[in-house]
Formats: sequence, structure tokens, C-alpha cells
Amino acid sequence: MQNTYKNPIYPYIRSQDIDSTQPVHHPVIIVGAGPGGLALSIDLALHGIKSVVLDDNNTVSVGSRAICFAKRTLEIMNRLGCSKKMVDKGVTWKHGKVFFKNELVYDFDLLAESGHKLPAFINLQQYYFEEYLVDRTEDFNEVDLRWKSKVTEIQSSAEETEVTVSCPDGEYKLTCDFLLSADGSNSNIRRMLGLESKGQVFQDRFLIADVVMKAEFPTERWFWFDPPFHPNQSALLHKQPDNVWRIDLQLGWDADPEEEKKEEVIRPRIQAMLGEEAEFELEWASVYTFQCRKMDRFIHNRVFFVGDAAHQVSPFGARGANGCIQSAENLVWKIASVLQKQAPYSLLETYDTERQHGAKENILNSTRATDFITPKNDMSRLFRDQTLKLAKQHSFARTLVNSGRLSMPCSYPESPLNSSEKDTFASDLCAGTVPKDAPIKVKGLDDWLINYLGNQFVLMVGVNSSLNAIQYEELEFIKNNLNISLLLVSDEPIQHFENALGINIIDSSELIRQRYDLSEGTNYLFRPDQVITGRWKNLSISVIKQAKNKALGYELENNYVSENNNHVEAAQ
Amino acid sequence: MRLNTQPNLTDPDTFYAALTDVHRQLDKVQSECVNARLILLLANHIGNVDVIKEALTIAEEIE
Repeated sequence: MQNTYKNPIYPYIRSQDIDSTQPVHHPVIIVGAGPGGLALSIDLALHGIKSVVLDDNNTVSVGSRAICFAKRTLEIMNRLGCSKKMVDKGVTWKHGKVFFKNELVYDFDLLAESGHKLPAFINLQQYYFEEYLVDRTEDFNEVDLRWKSKVTEIQSSAEETEVTVSCPDGEYKLTCDFLLSADGSNSNIRRMLGLESKGQVFQDRFLIADVVMKAEFPTERWFWFDPPFHPNQSALLHKQPDNVWRIDLQLGWDADPEEEKKEEVIRPRIQAMLGEEAEFELEWASVYTFQCRKMDRFIHNRVFFVGDAAHQVSPFGARGANGCIQSAENLVWKIASVLQKQAPYSLLETYDTERQHGAKENILNSTRATDFITPKNDMSRLFRDQTLKLAKQHSFARTLVNSGRLSMPCSYPESPLNSSEKDTFASDLCAGTVPKDAPIKVKGLDDWLINYLGNQFVLMVGVNSSLNAIQYEELEFIKNNLNISLLLVSDEPIQHFENALGINIIDSSELIRQRYDLSEGTNYLFRPDQVITGRWKNLSISVIKQAKNKALGYELENNYVSENNNHVEAAQ
Repeated sequence: MRLNTQPNLTDPDTFYAALTDVHRQLDKVQSECVNARLILLLANHIGNVDVIKEALTIAEEIE
């Protein structure tokens, strides 16, 4: 049925580890080469950390799954070096329509904020997303991607993890410091460890159908509540690359999945949606139920759960794959810092605290959209329907219509890694938020702020174009002794600038000044995952030093600081 | 801001009559729809969600 995409078949390569008499040890093993596992391996490689990725299959996602990738995910992909292919291939819609019964309630334009390198979102089939990630892994010797390799047993202790891998050449054992379980909603690792992901199964079934249109069709997102062609249910239509249109039809709990998947059942419904004239080919169809659930803890000994294995949401609101990629990014720099002995072990605990917060937020948002789309009782339905009726004439009601919202990045204002804010800023950013991009100039060329953040600690400082000797000395100290990269933001190029000091950014659009409330002396400290960990109106070496230590987990409980302040160890 | 539960209507009798008059010719389902729309309109006018939550709590707790 699928004609627009042919799944690549990746070669199984015999690993030398199978010849070893003792289990071979690796610092990191990743289970699952989906969006999460692949992103983890590339990000670790950028930090110089080797990983073995085990996947029981030898291709990317089969059929249509995640399709909407939000700006934050694309910014992470930008850091990982694979956003361009995704944005080039992906499609974006700006215009949408909402229908209720047989009439158009309203249409809307998504007015995304300008001055960002990456778009607010793209629609892209998951198989392309994964394929581009697999392509990127090939740039790194640090990534050892093993297809057709299934973990069949796991032994987990506080010190290490041992797994048994089954592959076409037989079985072998491996040990690792950290095992990252990114093996999806039915995680085998989770099951073998006797752990649970708990939550709510929604009493509903949905049909996904991908169709290829034969003629032009507007690039718009159409959402129907209770349409005449599908009474009492909902329907969604939006565009993916290759002229493929994704259709979601709510079926109700009593629907028979096998019956609903038949082409003769699907066709008349879609014809009614698209109009009598539309000609289309059915590309893919599947029926699904969904769950909003998560594990109580994403860490078990030295096993870390990432993505759907850890937290799963309903598809409304695009928080599945987008949440997964944010979890992966949150974990990698922490593991890298611990492995490179830059941070105490207890830093890893903040993966759980920060991403539990993210998962709860994602579950809350997707549950709210689900409850609006499929009301749970008569009164909820009545309010839903009256909201839609009001929305036709009254704009306030349109803000209540929830057919799935754009996925917004998670922020961590309560994170124990943040330095508390003492200065006042006229900016909606704060410690714990991801940065806002801005167009800039570097060495006379157009560029983007987001290209210079991440992978290490970065301090952005507002400066005057004439730096004095004392400022130079302070900045050199921060760079060389605190090991923090510097972005020096000025209106005009800094005179006699030494490139070894850092990057001189020209705020040509004045959007950094505006978005960060940045003036001379203002400084922002970004973590390796780009999250702002502290900001100040005046530069102070001791404050920056303390903030970096705090962001690395040295002030968390359960740490002890030895007498020599430079030598800090974590209590296990 | 807190929910004002002190007398605040410019003309209580007129308001009450208008409220009940709306429902005089309606069946139960129609009345429920009107009430729902009315709640949505008034909630938007109040705007502050904490104030609305306070009203919801009072409305829910009285037997």
C-alpha cells in the first residue's frame, strides 16, 4: 500500500564483542534506535562519549507515526547537526480551519514569532526523521549502531548493568556503566526489570489513514468536531511531505479495528471529508488506542528510561516524540559530565526531577486536548459544543477550542540546578527556560544565536565595543579557568578583538537586547543543553563559578564537599 | 483579586427576571445550552481564573 517511501534496510554487522570470552564493557549502551535512541547516541558522540546502540530491527519506523516536530526539537536537531534535511523535507502549514457539524466555525493563521532560525514546527513522517538521524550517526566513530540485536536478558545493580544480546550470529553478553532504555512504549527493558508505566488508557479508538492526493489540495489543517460524514466523532486532516495527507478519524470504543481498517470502509468516509471531486490513493491505515502514562521513576539503578518507555502521551498536542527528544537532550550532558568526572553522580538524579516535571506537563496538555476532542460525559460535551457555537462569532471562545495545541518547550523554573534570580529583567525568559533565538552577525556574516549555544557551558555577556584591560582579564579567567565558552554581544564589532577569547556577536537586529533585556554587563549562563541556568545584570567571576558548580549538581543534597574545594565527590 | 460575594448588581430584580425570562420558552436541553453559553461568556468577562475557581468552589459546595 505504501508507495511514497521505501524503508531502508540497514546491514547487520558482526560485532567482535561476540568473540570475547568475558562480557565486553562499554560506558553507555542504548537500547532502541528510534528517535530517542539515535538522538542520545549522536549527542553523546558530540560530547566525545562512545555508545553501543542495540536495535532488534534493521530499518526505521514502518508506517506513519509521529509527524509534528516542534521548534524546540528542531533546535536540538540543529545542535546535533541534522535539522537542515528535516526542515528542507518537512512541510509547514500556517492556515487552519475548524468545523463543527456541517459548518465552518472559524479559520486562523498561525502567526509565529519571527527572528528564529527554526520554524515553529514541521510536519514530517517519523521514518524520515529517523533516517536522517541514522545518516548523522555515520559521521561519528563514537556511535556503534548494531541492527538485528535484541536484548533478551538484563541484570541491573547499583554499580553496573549486564545485558544478553541476541543477534544473527548468536548470543553475547555486554556490561556498561549506563544503560539507556529508549525502546518504546512497550519497553522490553522495563518489562524485564519488572517496572511499570502507569496512567490512563482512553476508552476510544482512532483510525490513522495516510492518503496521497492526485490533485492540488490546500496546505491547511482541517479539524472537524461532530462532522456529518462521521457523526458524534472527530476528524483531522493535515499535510505531510510527498503530497501525503494524514487523516485521523475518531472511531469510538466499540469499533472493530479489523473492520475499520478495510479499504472499502475507509474510502467512503475520506471521500466525504475531502469532497466528491477529490481523487486519492490510500497509502497506510492503522487503528490505535492511546494512553497517557509514565513511570514513577525514570531511573532504576544505572538504567535510565527515555521517551515512550518512560512517558507516553496521547497524540493530540504533539508531545510524544517532542517530549522524547527533550528527555534525551536533558540526560546526555549529565551522563557525559559524570563519565568525564566533571560532575558528581547525584547530577543524574536531576534527570528524573526535571523530566518528571516535563512528563507531567506533557500528560496534562495532551489529556486536556483529548478531553476537549472526546468529552467524557454529557455535560462536558454540552460545554464543548456550546464553546464551538460561540466560537463562530466570538473570538474569546476560539481560545477555548482545543484540537491539540502547538507543543511548547518544557521549562524548569524549579530546577535545583538553577541559580536564583536576584536581578530584575524585562524579559519572559528566566533560569530554567530554553533560550530564544535571534538573528545576529558574526565576522560580518548573517548567523543565528542558536548556532552558538550548547554542548558546553556558554556565558553570553553584553559588552561595549571597546573592552578595557580589566574586562579582558576577567573574561579570560572565565574562559580559561572556569572552562566556559564566551559569547560577547555588542552593537559594533569589538576593537582589537582576540578570537581566542570567544565569539563576538553583533546584535544586528537588536533582538538579543530585546528578548534577553541585555545591556552592558548583563550575562546569561547556558547549560550544555542550552537551558538558562542563571542570569545577572553585572558580571562577577565568583557568581559565575558558583552557578556553574550548582548547575553541575555540586550543591545538591547527598553531596559532600571535601576540604580541597576543587575536588568534589558525590556520596553514593 | 477575590470573588465579590457582596451585593454588586445594579438592579437585582431586573437581572433575576431577565435570567428566568430567557428560559421561559425553552425545553430542558435548550436551557442547558443557554446556561452553558452564559457561563462561558461571563467567565471570559471575569477573566481571572482564580476568581472563577473560587466561584466554582462555592457553587459546588452548597447542597
